[in-house]
Amino acid sequence: MALDRDLAAAIAVTRFGLGAKPGELLAARGDPQGWLTAQIRPDLGADQPQPGAPTSAQRLIEFREYQQERQAAKQSGQNFDPVKFAARLIRQDAGADFQARVRLAAVTDAGFRERWALFWCNHFTVAATKLQTATLVGPFEQEAIRPHVFGRFEDLLVASSSHPGMLLYLDQARSVGPNTVAAMFLSRGGQQAGLNENLAREILELHTVGVEAGYTQADVTEFARAMTGWSIGGLRESDATAGKFLFRPMAHEGGVRTIMGQRYAQGGQAQALAVMQDLAASPHTARHIAVKLARHFVADDPPPALVAALQRSYLATGGDLGEVARTLVAAPEAWSPDAVKFKTPYEFLVSSWRAAAVAPDDVAQIAPILNGMGQKPFSAPSPKGWPEEAEVWCAPDAVIKRMAWAQSLAAQSLNGRDPSQLARDALGARLTPLVATAISRAETREEGLAILLMSPEFQRR
Amino acid sequence: MTDPLAAPTRRGALAAALGFGLTVEFLGRKAFAAADGAAERRKLIVFVCRGGMDGLSVSPPVGDPNYAALRGAIAIPGFDQPGGALRLDDTFGLHPALASVHRLALKGEARIAPAVATPDRARSHFEAQDVLENGATAAYGTDSGWLNRALQAMGPGKVKAISVGATAPLILRGGVEAASWAPGPGVGKDPRLPGILQDLYAHDPMLSRALAAGLSTESMAKVASADATAALSQAGDMTGAMAASAPSAPRQGVAIARQLGATLAGFMIQPDGPQVAAVSIDGFDTHANQGASQGQLATRLAYLDAALDGLADGMGPAWKDTAVVVATEFGRTAHVNGTGGADHGTASTALLLGGALKGGGIVGDWPTLAQGRLFENRDTAPTLDMRALFKGLLAGQFGIDRRALDTVVFPDSAAVAPTGGIIA
Repeated sequence: MALDRDLAAAIAVTRFGLGAKPGELLAARGDPQGWLTAQIRPDLGADQPQPGAPTSAQRLIEFREYQQERQAAKQSGQNFDPVKFAARLIRQDAGADFQARVRLAAVTDAGFRERWALFWCNHFTVAATKLQTATLVGPFEQEAIRPHVFGRFEDLLVASSSHPGMLLYLDQARSVGPNTVAAMFLSRGGQQAGLNENLAREILELHTVGVEAGYTQADVTEFARAMTGWSIGGLRESDATAGKFLFRPMAHEGGVRTIMGQRYAQGGQAQALAVMQDLAASPHTARHIAVKLARHFVADDPPPALVAALQRSYLATGGDLGEVARTLVAAPEAWSPDAVKFKTPYEFLVSSWRAAAVAPDDVAQIAPILNGMGQKPFSAPSPKGWPEEAEVWCAPDAVIKRMAWAQSLAAQSLNGRDPSQLARDALGARLTPLVATAISRAETREEGLAILLMSPEFQRR
Repeated sequence: MTDPLAAPTRRGALAAALGFGLTVEFLGRKAFAAADGAAERRKLIVFVCRGGMDGLSVSPPVGDPNYAALRGAIAIPGFDQPGGALRLDDTFGLHPALASVHRLALKGEARIAPAVATPDRARSHFEAQDVLENGATAAYGTDSGWLNRALQAMGPGKVKAISVGATAPLILRGGVEAASWAPGPGVGKDPRLPGILQDLYAHDPMLSRALAAGLSTESMAKVASADATAALSQAGDMTGAMAASAPSAPRQGVAIARQLGATLAGFMIQPDGPQVAAVSIDGFDTHANQGASQGQLATRLAYLDAALDGLADGMGPAWKDTAVVVATEFGRTAHVNGTGGADHGTASTALLLGGALKGGGIVGDWPTLAQGRLFENRDTAPTLDMRALFKGLLAGQFGIDRRALDTVVFPDSAAVAPTGGIIA
């Protein structure tokens, strides 16, 4: 690497990582690239924000119990307020999950590993925008995403697509083959039963090959048929499967399927697995993921050479994401001295806490702040996840909100420390003389820290 | 700070509005205003309903012989039945949650375009929203929005622009500079900081533009919200009436939506107020448990209705110069699906509202739901290009000429003629 080592360390920690804590640039300076590759853990995956937290199955059972309480309250004529009911779930469970996640990001020594995990959490978005999924986002990320982020993409895809969080978020859990026994029983019982193509479509469009692959509506419907039966165990069925992934043969639409020109023999659960295997191996998927990674880590308009290198790495390794991460870190295009990625609100808050060496401890305070900046916790606006583009996040009001928050963080957390030192610790060789001077001339220490956090070089990575 | 907005409940309510997916963006044009006093008063507001709003429930064609059978449990009942459609003509009604829209329709201030679609046919939310907002023939065709380019097309001059909402939607992105506002703690305590940052941003166009625009709208926001309060108290508390029309809609949400509409009006009626605004409402992707007269979709429509009602009230005398269009990226399948919802479809309903509207029946043709007439055997067939509708509004409200509409605002669209007869 031809880069100056101080600058390389600053890029490693702020661009690939989540921003520098005091002392972190020094730790990365010896071997910036090695500092990053040491964080790649194919065996263990990413860190878990809440080891030992309730599982998605426990949360689903808990949710069902809340529902039964509601039913009982209704029947006994009590006034049950569904808004309060939802607020309780979200506040207690999702709040704790989110807090653990931001806390991990604020304190971890492996910022690259966490950024890599967050990328995949966003790629396979499950959002708290449905009441049922609100408390499953945290468990989904812990169970389906984080263990696999340095493994094979295919495993990640299957883990995501079979997790109750995703099955509920994209309506797969209730999709029933129209010509199945299950459909017959349900319709006899006066319930509606049939195909729901939501998850099948988003797997194609968002998770794997992308819309440019040119699949048709018929492909989507065929894939949706292949996926029928991918469901969740009910509470009455058995303790072993309650709230967990369950393949229901009675709901699976039998028959041969043809998807994107490929024929898939009848095979129950294995049929959709075979489709996913092919999707994961597709050059379209390699390309789609390469573009997204390069866009996230390097530039909204990513260098074509970097995209090509990532795509080659993906295809050559059979979608080994640990190897793709190594390729990213080794690519010279990823180390451009110009920092052009504008931080999302989440990244801005996390890097600010790291710069100030404080850890957030009250999600009730964080949530409205992120909400005001346009990034409500666990609530990406669509299955596509949070956008990457600078112009989305650099809206005028959002900058005002950032400025207000930078001042309040400075007021709460500085405790007499020297903001010029914090600036050197946070940005290292990326700190410009203009900003260093402005900080040194600040009227108060708090103003100095607010200037650092709002500086062009801190707003970008 | 003594402004009425400082009351925590009001800020809280508006913040909550952002939380449930309602955001507002605006743009305005000062130079245009100076050039023509009458045209200056004309306003255009675009509501984007995200997720694929089901036109067959928004304006149910209950008189269509195939409607009830196709829709099954999610069909809106006929005109005279409990929870039935609110009658527009022999074929069409409005969803019972759209009581305010219906009230306007009876006065000739609301119409429906029941089979409108963008040129996109991929049934992908993201592609279709892209095309709805970028005005091109394909997704990723351009990275600016047609509403922004429309303002550019109105002529040279310094353009003033505002947005409310935490992020910038594609429909308003582009060369016209936009400011924005959303409820929050304002600029903070340190009065020196904005000036220091403006100096630091001198060589950073993106941040300096954003900061300058953000600072300039803080004061405007206070006025707008105060106006909204006045408008709502004049109109009386309609929340009870709203809730009665849509019993399943949470009262608080309806009240917040109404407040949001009134606040938007408060911005637009200020002397330097914007002429163009865009509002986003999320949550129309009803694959499961869509409901009929009540339920998930009814709740969303009640919010939409309340926001439109708040807007109409808040505009006051300016309503007569105002046009509003409510559009979505695509409709939903004609058939109810297996999970009490409907999947991604093609044509849907656009709503047109405003005192500037020319009264009349449906806009565009109704293809009917006869089996042979469904698009690809599954969706309402499009009979009207969304761009034709938008062109008709831009031509009627702002006098943008045909050439600009065909090339700049909606690139390569010479074959798509503006819909006539919609603006008085």
